[in-house]
Amino acid sequence: MASLKEVRNRIVSVNSTQQITKAMKMVSASKLRRAQDSIFQMRPYAQKLGEMLATVSAGAETANESPFSRVRPVENVLFVIVTSDRGLAGAFNSNIIKATMDRIRTQYAEQARRGNVEIMAIGKKGGEGMARRGFKVNDRYSDLYTRLSFVNVKEAAEDIMNSFSQGRYDVVELVYNEFKNVATQIIRTEPFLPITSAQEDNSATQVSNVNYTFEPSEAEIVNELIPKTLKIQLYRAVLESNASEHGARMTAMDKATDNAQELLKELRLVYNRTRQAAITKEILEIVGGAEALSA
Amino acid sequence: MNLEIITPDKKVFAGEATAVTFPGTEGQFQVLNSHAPLVSTLGRGDVVVDTGAVKQVYTIDGGVVEVLNNKVLVLAEAIL
Repeated sequence: MASLKEVRNRIVSVNSTQQITKAMKMVSASKLRRAQDSIFQMRPYAQKLGEMLATVSAGAETANESPFSRVRPVENVLFVIVTSDRGLAGAFNSNIIKATMDRIRTQYAEQARRGNVEIMAIGKKGGEGMARRGFKVNDRYSDLYTRLSFVNVKEAAEDIMNSFSQGRYDVVELVYNEFKNVATQIIRTEPFLPITSAQEDNSATQVSNVNYTFEPSEAEIVNELIPKTLKIQLYRAVLESNASEHGARMTAMDKATDNAQELLKELRLVYNRTRQAAITKEILEIVGGAEALSA
Repeated sequence: MNLEIITPDKKVFAGEATAVTFPGTEGQFQVLNSHAPLVSTLGRGDVVVDTGAVKQVYTIDGGVVEVLNNKVLVLAEAIL
């Protein structure tokens, strides 16, 4: 059995670990609230933009001529994977890496063999993980979370769109965690580029019959709106992942705190048992000693 | 008329306005009360909101505006 001192040291160390996990849980909880707020802020914009695009593209037949809807034979693939900058969030990041690997294996094995699958990492962990698996990783935007705002996400989106329209990539896919609730994240693998028509007219059902004046022409407006919706799509993914990260960390840290509690209980039991055994032994020795003297 | 200016990060303006000037991609234009339905893209420039009493200026970095039934909705990418 472990000595009294050893057990005492372990109790102290588990105790301080528990304090850390408890603090991390609390920090995540407050960050989660903020992350959720920014999702709520973004929603009306995204919704209105979708409606507007539906209204305008209902009149324009030229939407398919956008440089972002061009379908090419798939030579070069870009995966935009959204992860977190820090670990200790349960399986949050490894799930994304696993989903990306699955997707590559099932859909783009051929391209991967030729080394034509590139990864753009948003959040440091995903980039590190994919680099370790031997993929080309573009980590220009991996620190996006330290400066999270639409303006910065927009820059990344524009970079991706430019590369696509210049033909550097033929397919761009997005992998991220969608926030369902604090404990649940849903892994999403979405096509980002080229855009499909289904993506454009998802709210086409409620198109009004108002005679709008369009300035410039409808087609030009549609071509202006499409990049905007793409930017919003990326921004949404980044925000969802951000909220998911804090949710995942909160749950992970909550479990860790519980486990620490459990461990402490066991250790205290061992400690007390050892202490009692030591006392009993001492008493026995004293009694034995006294008996030997009186005999 | 009712005016709303929103960006993905926040709601910038919501309320009544008597006249709004926009930096349209085809040139500056102004929207007054009871304007006909309109959709226009906006370039980088100033949105001037006249609420009757004061004039507020928002410099936007591109966006779109929709005018319908005396409701003006501005989707701006960013406020500079």
